[in-house]
Amino acid sequence: MKRCRSMLFMPGNNPGMLASAQSLGADCVIFDMEDAVAQTEKDAARILIRHALTYMRPQGVGVAVRINALDTAFWKEDIAAVVRGGADFVLAPKTNGPDYVRELMAGLEAAEAEHGVKDARIVVFALVESALGIENAFAIASAHKRLGGMLLGAEDLTAELGARRSAGGDEIFHARSRILMACRAAGIRAIDTPFPFVTDLEALAADAAFAAQLGFDGKAAISPHHIVTINAAFSPSPEQINWAGRVMAVARRAAGEGKGVASLDGMMIDLPVIKRAERILAMCDGPVEDFHAN
Amino acid sequence: MSGIKTAIAGTLESNDIMITVSPSRQEGKNTIAVESIVMRQFGPAIIAAIEDSLTQFEVGFVHIDARDRGALECTIKARMEAALLRYKELPS
Repeated sequence: MKRCRSMLFMPGNNPGMLASAQSLGADCVIFDMEDAVAQTEKDAARILIRHALTYMRPQGVGVAVRINALDTAFWKEDIAAVVRGGADFVLAPKTNGPDYVRELMAGLEAAEAEHGVKDARIVVFALVESALGIENAFAIASAHKRLGGMLLGAEDLTAELGARRSAGGDEIFHARSRILMACRAAGIRAIDTPFPFVTDLEALAADAAFAAQLGFDGKAAISPHHIVTINAAFSPSPEQINWAGRVMAVARRAAGEGKGVASLDGMMIDLPVIKRAERILAMCDGPVEDFHAN
Repeated sequence: MSGIKTAIAGTLESNDIMITVSPSRQEGKNTIAVESIVMRQFGPAIIAAIEDSLTQFEVGFVHIDARDRGALECTIKARMEAALLRYKELPS
């Protein structure tokens, strides 16, 4: 499984930013056609992103494109540009239910058919950022086989709730938990919301560490300055890697001896522990070509 | 306020190029004016990219005013495409 620890939003109509996408350290970049682009510049951003995907595609970095929402006049042309340019992911904003996902998938498949794309390699991530979306989390997560993950968008959500956004994030604990449960139940990736206080790197570290502790696969970012901290939070420590390697060695030995259960340092090593060890080792790295595996 | 049909795409920010399309100033041919911070090194390449786009998106004979701030070739072509498509959509 390719790591997706950090997903960095980049304004889609800024060629300098798009050109720097490869060098910012994020596992994945999100070229944004939505909030970061003025209404009058949607066409120019769409064209620029298509050219960027075609001619200066970042190497060794996953590339997502956030299209405009399905209640706008832009999204079908956005999808067509993504298909022609060939991104790894489409990020679908304002996803509020399974019908929304299915409508998007139909649009994606229509664009692929129109442009002769047969491999269906683009994976869709749903950006869930409303109370209705949170309530429908599992229905969204399981709506379509091409949905590869969900990302929590806490700014729109807390604005809708009337909640005050804080560095501690108490106000989004329930939403985070719902997204995570839904993703795990559906077997897709769970990506945490960006941290909105751009200059408070200490609070960012605590926020990212908490998201990692909950079980998220990664975290979105709105500033390149957040990437190092986020990558560190979602990377296993040397102690964890060492422990996981020892667990796997003990498990292999036990399996060779026909035993279902073994022990390490006084701890029982059974299937849940082995799965946790496997996940830690998978987080160390993964082949680039396997980016699309869930 | 001028009534000349004009379309613009791009910005004057670093790594970008601002393209302005207007009717040609010479009958029967396209005209191009480029101002660039890297004119001496890349002037011919910038003009070639602009001419490629003019060939690809036929909009009649136009004048292109390009103010370059170090744009890559794909950025030049993207801004040309946006400006020419906007120009096409304008009423005559």
